[in-house]
Amino acid sequence: MARVVVDVMLKPEILDPQGQAVQRALPRLGFDGIADVRQGKRFELEVEGPVDEDALARIHKMAETFLANTVIEDFVVRVES
Amino acid sequence: MTTRVGVVTFPGTLDDRDSLRAVRLAGAEPVSLWHRDKDLKQVDAVVLAGGFSYGDYLRAGAISRFSPVMETVIEQARAGMPVLGICNGFQILTESHLLPGAMLRNNHLHFICRDQKLRVENAETAWTADYEAGQEISVPLKNIDGRYVADERVLDELEAEGRVAFRYLDGNPNGSLRDIAGITNAEGNVVGLMPHPEHAVEPLIGTGRTDGLAFFTSVIKKLVTA
Repeated sequence: MARVVVDVMLKPEILDPQGQAVQRALPRLGFDGIADVRQGKRFELEVEGPVDEDALARIHKMAETFLANTVIEDFVVRVES
Repeated sequence: MTTRVGVVTFPGTLDDRDSLRAVRLAGAEPVSLWHRDKDLKQVDAVVLAGGFSYGDYLRAGAISRFSPVMETVIEQARAGMPVLGICNGFQILTESHLLPGAMLRNNHLHFICRDQKLRVENAETAWTADYEAGQEISVPLKNIDGRYVADERVLDELEAEGRVAFRYLDGNPNGSLRDIAGITNAEGNVVGLMPHPEHAVEPLIGTGRTDGLAFFTSVIKKLVTA
């Protein structure tokens, strides 16, 4: 079965306090040099049948209507080899 | 004929009982609606109550929005039926695109539970007609995903059209843009807000005030005169 990954991230202009909290914790843990952190979601879809243009179009539609809220989030669909 | 106001219960809804009670105290007949049932049982208005429907999985309101009952609620709301979304209900309304914008995690990342002062900015909606524009009320606020966001163009549009229905007073509790606590659609029949008017309808409980009751009396009056 092929795996399709959908990454969902808050749009750049949307404040991400969770990412900021992670970024602020890093120096305390000894991890220096990270200027910014943005936190997102990753969906791994195990697709039955071929991942053709049609399947990708459906996944794109799924991401747009359900996995991401496009008012606040961007998403990227990619096939994992 | 008694006005019938429905309150939807999703798995994880918490405030359906209080909302039904508020409807009854305001003088209407409360009707329980079930998330898997498309039938709205001939109600005249619907309240989407607060809580954590579907555990807030994916995003608050994102899964509830596709439940069978919402198909009918969305259709009826577009046809003019009054719909009030409180807290999680507001999140469901934005996910349904009945109201613009979206709700995100509070900017300080903490759950808030306290009384909150609000200003009623628009007293002409189906759910606010028994208030006066500019009136200050105090009702409980309790959430973690209460930060209202929308892009600048939408915010300007909401302001210009008087669609910011409620604004936070005495400090912004969650980072909501422009201190927005609640909004209305252009027609004034769909209203959403994060604070909880249904918890402020009896002098004996909650805030000890009844500042929230006018939401429910407003809609009854609106329906009776319609």
